Amino acid sequence: MSEQNQTIKGKAFVLGKNIDTDQIIPAEHLVYSLDDPEERKFYGRHALSGVPDEQSGLPQGGIPLVEADEFESEFNIIVGGPNFGCGSSREHAPASLDIAGVEAIIAPTFARIFYRNSVDGGFVIPYESLENLSKKVETGDKLEIDPAKQTVRNISQDESYEIRPLGSVSDIVNAGGIFEFARKEGMIDVAS
Amino acid sequence: MGMTLTEKIIANHSDKSTVEPGESVWIDVDVLMTHDVCGPPSISIFRDQFGEDARVWDKEKVVIIPDHYIFTEDKYANRNVDILRAFAADQDLPYFYDVGSEDYKGVCHIALPEEGFTRPGEVLFGTDSHTCTAGAFGQFATGIGNTDAAFIMGTGQLWVKVPETMRFHFNGTSMPPYLMAKDIILQIIGDIGVDGATYRTMEFGGPGINCMSMEDRMTLTNMVIEAGGKNGVVEPDEKTEAYVRERTDKDFEPVYSDPDANYHSEYHYNLEDMVPMVAKPHSPDNKATVIELEGTQLDRAYIGSCTGGKLSDFKAAAEIIAGHDLKVDTYIVPATTEIADGLETETFNGEPLIDIFRKAGCKIGQASCAACLGGPSDTFGRLNNDETCISTTNRNYPGRMGSKESEVYLASPYTVAASAITGKITDPRVFIHETII
Repeated sequence: MSEQNQTIKGKAFVLGKNIDTDQIIPAEHLVYSLDDPEERKFYGRHALSGVPDEQSGLPQGGIPLVEADEFESEFNIIVGGPNFGCGSSREHAPASLDIAGVEAIIAPTFARIFYRNSVDGGFVIPYESLENLSKKVETGDKLEIDPAKQTVRNISQDESYEIRPLGSVSDIVNAGGIFEFARKEGMIDVAS
Repeated sequence: MGMTLTEKIIANHSDKSTVEPGESVWIDVDVLMTHDVCGPPSISIFRDQFGEDARVWDKEKVVIIPDHYIFTEDKYANRNVDILRAFAADQDLPYFYDVGSEDYKGVCHIALPEEGFTRPGEVLFGTDSHTCTAGAFGQFATGIGNTDAAFIMGTGQLWVKVPETMRFHFNGTSMPPYLMAKDIILQIIGDIGVDGATYRTMEFGGPGINCMSMEDRMTLTNMVIEAGGKNGVVEPDEKTEAYVRERTDKDFEPVYSDPDANYHSEYHYNLEDMVPMVAKPHSPDNKATVIELEGTQLDRAYIGSCTGGKLSDFKAAAEIIAGHDLKVDTYIVPATTEIADGLETETFNGEPLIDIFRKAGCKIGQASCAACLGGPSDTFGRLNNDETCISTTNRNYPGRMGSKESEVYLASPYTVAASAITGKITDPRVFIHETII
């Protein structure tokens, strides 16, 4: 995961509303080890494989995040509708997006546990947009997220959108996760 | 200004005397629960962060309940249970409910109350979104990820943002004979939407709640996550005390909302005005009354899970099914082994529930999460094709019960049982009239 104030540049992958954790990583894949480097890659391969085809890669649809025999995506920024990440508490969901190469997600609202897991585990940065960008941005658009200015620039469409500051979780995002944060604060003294 | 039940529990477990919604505080944890899907990665992070020889902060407070992928040939899924087994042995954990042993329980959210871990006034975190079920007992209970669980294993603490509380007040002195708690929570989720309670507490109260059984209350709190809620709570009463005291010797201190507590919003419902509800594909807030959907053709009926696989759910289903043939494949999956035993001992019109289901041709599975969340391809009851299923479970997003091509209607055990008889979505009041009233 990138640091809070670092700009993130890349290609957008657009999804609709209420993308739940079963669509992000279907439950049948939750058996792979997240530690084993060979098995771990499969979380990347199957990331977002539960999204119905016509809703994957909007507005056109029919675009997978990760091509069938690949483990990583050419898209590194997800643009979603409201309530992104609803459903289960599986941390495998933000982890699978991270493993697929996604760095940030921009959505008007996030489900609570997914948001928390993204931040505490240091996987992807969840940016809240002021408006629903999934209706404006198209899959493949080149975006540049500038957290310091709280903007997202759409280079392909020559537009700019606002995002909210990270607020109280920014310290954890900057530290790189809850463990790094707790060490910095002296809450835990063990080295990893 | 007074505090709500949830604010009080959070304050009592923090270093502050009062807390307000929106502030982040560190709280002490009374129980950490994990299972076979999220336990192994949590254990791995715990060892990475605290060292290979690290010990959990309090072995009496860690509860491990394998329940998700149990009766499968999937070697990776079985490896996960092996990892839990080794960890429980290594850490000498007293509360590990091992697969294949006499201790095996099944679905964690039902096993936790059965084993006395849902104590009023306490804090429970679990690596599963339906951990909120335990709020029925006046406990602060919510789902977390692997990293947070590993953090608790090492420190016994976690940060929480204090949620605002939404109050749901129920008038009425008894449940109408055709109504189940599942209908009520589907109505509420339909009213407020799948993100209607995001970052908030859903507190259920009023005389209508007092007349509900503990299992009814669990159905309500179980599905608050389907509205995005952080936790759901019901104030403890004599029913709560009786249930918990019967199952644990441990002391606990119930807490209650203050009369001058501040609520985000208040909603009022009259039990007698409520009707059987269904959530249509592919979202739990896609509500309709059963009457509006009557006649919708089905391929399968499913009764099980933490939401709809409790003994009272099977009693309700058996009352409807008794004496009928079924038009569609109907799967029965008791949430826990205790409930599976109950199917043998509990009767309706003198007949054990299990016999009623067998005579009707139901397929009976073993206690576990089974097809509620799809799972490995050999999971009992999994939707592997384009089936249309009516189910007592909790989610119907695309592919939740298996194939992306399948469609799931969520409903109460009464409605699922009535629909199994006719093969299409059917109002249970028709059958309730002939068998119960």
